[in-house]
Amino acid sequence: MDWGSLQKVLGGVNKHSTSIGKIWLTVLFIFRVMILVVAAEKVWGDEQNDFVCNTLQPGCKNVCYDHFFPISHIRLWALQLIFVSTPALLVVMHIAHRRHEKKRELRHSEKVDVEELNKQKFHIQGPLWWTYSCSIFFRIVFEAVFMYVFYVMYDGYQMPRLLKCSAWPCPNTVDCFVSRPTEKTMFTIFMLSVSGICMLLNVAELCYLMIKFCMRVPKKPAILK
Amino acid sequence: MNWAGLYTVLSGVNRHSTAIGRIWLSVIFIFRIMVLVVAAESVWGDEKSAFTCNTQQPGCNSVCYDHFFPISHVRLWALQLILVTTPALLVAMHVAYQQHQEKKLLVLTGHGDPKHLEEVKKHKMRISGSLWWTYICSVIFRLLFEAVFMYIFYMIYPGYQMIRLVKCEAYPCPNTVDCFISRPTEKTIFTVFMLATSGICIILNMAELVYLVVQACARRAQRDSNPTSGKSSLYGHKLSTEYKQNEINQLLTEQDGSLKDMLRRNPGLQEKSDRCSAC
Repeated sequence: MDWGSLQKVLGGVNKHSTSIGKIWLTVLFIFRVMILVVAAEKVWGDEQNDFVCNTLQPGCKNVCYDHFFPISHIRLWALQLIFVSTPALLVVMHIAHRRHEKKRELRHSEKVDVEELNKQKFHIQGPLWWTYSCSIFFRIVFEAVFMYVFYVMYDGYQMPRLLKCSAWPCPNTVDCFVSRPTEKTMFTIFMLSVSGICMLLNVAELCYLMIKFCMRVPKKPAILK
Repeated sequence: MNWAGLYTVLSGVNRHSTAIGRIWLSVIFIFRIMVLVVAAESVWGDEKSAFTCNTQQPGCNSVCYDHFFPISHVRLWALQLILVTTPALLVAMHVAYQQHQEKKLLVLTGHGDPKHLEEVKKHKMRISGSLWWTYICSVIFRLLFEAVFMYIFYMIYPGYQMIRLVKCEAYPCPNTVDCFISRPTEKTIFTVFMLATSGICIILNMAELVYLVVQACARRAQRDSNPTSGKSSLYGHKLSTEYKQNEINQLLTEQDGSLKDMLRRNPGLQEKSDRCSAC
């Protein structure tokens, strides 16, 4: 079970998403998941091995690393991506439920064309509109929460070259050096920007859905007349 | 065989599960297996190489690591996930057996063309009769395994927090030696996360158990108040309108008890089979 399997699971959502939703999914998988797997994991690969402290005291390096990096950037991004992509499963489940209901209806009239039913696209209206809007809302919330957690843990997004550590068992204050700080800063800023772009896309999609909903409602009184 | 292989095997079960069962399966694969593979394995990756003891005594490092970590968290979780997902295979096996019986019946009654046989494979089995009991057993086993592993976790690592420093006195370490664990905070975060998802899975399993029991009671109440109603299986209706009583008698005398059991479950044939002498 890895990112490829997640992509397969979410591929089904793509068919029933809006155009903005499709763009969001593409940005997520290409600019975030792929960059994480192909590049970022290698940059952070030697983060603890090459974290060097100016002391021979055993245990000092471990303790200082743990003090300054309670959770690695890579793991935080992986968790963020998992949480941000899962609300789309609500939509997948709702569509599967609708398809199942339709199959049950059509079975009694003996006109079952399973292939066609599986390929049919559902319009985002009625209860599906609410499920879809909820999923977008949750996506925005998760993105914001993770960006806040990032900011709280690592004040500012810049990776410093030198950290001064005085946790026990380090004797007095010890200088510790982070490996590849500039490269890490670049990737942090890149992932942050793409995260911001994804949030904007989600907000735009939410606005688009609301406008669509508002435009549909006034039409009803005209039809009744 | 890896997690993706397990996912392929269990996706088949998904079709015959309840809605809660499907949610449970998604939580297992996305929030537990995926997090384990993508994140937790790399956090625990250097647990032994970065486990440092304040001594130069050879062997002390290894002995202390082994003393404090008899089995690594990652391996325990992998075992837990494998054992928790395997009871679903009981259901898969039972469904396959029932489909086999239905196909046999179709062939015997002259509906053995490929189109009908394909339909048997594709149609969703209702969770009733012996399948209900198999499903209930699988949910109970899941709950049991989850609880057992959480207890084992608590026994081996009392409290879920990973400490930074452990004091080791095992031979050949001289006196008491300070040993430092790598990434304790990150490990604590992931331990709490996996524990929380395990708790959510236990709640989902209990909800599914309650749902199945309530569904069975409701079905029984409906059957008691209206004995002639009830849905037939996919082919019960077709067979009852096409085949004569004596042909069904013939089938029943020739075939084994499992076919009788299946025919008995089809209310469309039930009336006729009640009147038959061979039953």
